[in-house]
Amino acid sequence: MSLHPCDAVTFFCVVNELNINTSFSAGRLTIYLSGELDQHEAQQTSTCIAELLDEYLPRDCVLDLSALSFMDSSGIAVIVKANRHIRTIGGRLWVENPARQALRVIDAAGLDRMIPVESGRVGGYP
Amino acid sequence: MKEQNYIKMEFPSKSSNEAFARAAAAAFAAQLDPTMEELGDIKTAVSEAVTNAIVHAYPDEIGRVSMRLRILEGQVLEISVKDWGCGIEDVEKAMQPLYTTGGEDRSGMGFTIIGSFMDKLSVRSRPGKGTTVVMRRRICPRIGKR
Ligand SMILES: Nc1ncnc2c1ncn2[C@@H]1O[C@H](COP(=O)(O)OP(=O)(O)O)[C@@H](O)[C@H]1O
Ligand SMILES: [Mg+2]
Repeated sequence: MSLHPCDAVTFFCVVNELNINTSFSAGRLTIYLSGELDQHEAQQTSTCIAELLDEYLPRDCVLDLSALSFMDSSGIAVIVKANRHIRTIGGRLWVENPARQALRVIDAAGLDRMIPVESGRVGGYP
Repeated sequence: MKEQNYIKMEFPSKSSNEAFARAAAAAFAAQLDPTMEELGDIKTAVSEAVTNAIVHAYPDEIGRVSMRLRILEGQVLEISVKDWGCGIEDVEKAMQPLYTTGGEDRSGMGFTIIGSFMDKLSVRSRPGKGTTVVMRRRICPRIGKR
């Protein structure tokens, strides 16, 4: 698929910010990140994830990136930081269903050597 | 290489301008009829270079960042990002994967990601004077691409 110039204009006008949604069941906290995760959004996102981890004290934490339309290396730092944080409370974290652009960044950064990345979409979206 | 079109913009080193800069680059690149994947790569590379100018070049002040986009012969998009900030002491070292002076808020993977998404990456820097990052990516012409 490619972009028609008209779509590009729409693209240009929509400046997405980052949104965070969560669900919690049976010791598993799922954090859904949507929108665009760059350096401008990184600090707040990290703080929010840390607060969620401290509040729920989950055994497992899933970062669901299926609706993340953009992420750069600032997002990699957010994920690595979240992983460090959950280890201090004795839990584990992994990434699920990254959208295409985010997956390319994850691959280029070699994040999957540090943190499991499930991109098979087995079981579908919640 | 012959220049076919260009655009120049300048903005203050505020992080809120990151999203604008990559959206502007995507809108300019659209005339080359890129795929979504090519467009994603361009936005990512722009975001990395502009973020570096914002966080590293001007750590304690707001400075000037300029971005020039050019279309060169053979469907090549060239992106230059320039700052007049602190500069880089050792460019080769700065470009190593995981190298960062930004602490735990940075991953040290910016240049590595640019290097894997772009066909060409060159970094010129002088300590105390500033840094210019030039990136090139050829957009594949394909019949019936969309
Ligand atoms: N425009 C710039 N001005 C000054 N220093 C820079 C600039 N761009 C990059 N650097 C230096 O290069 C290092 C590596 O950059 P990068 O690979 O993007 O990783 P990160 O931004 O995560 O630190 C930075 O930590 C910084 O020391
Ligand atoms: Mg960087």
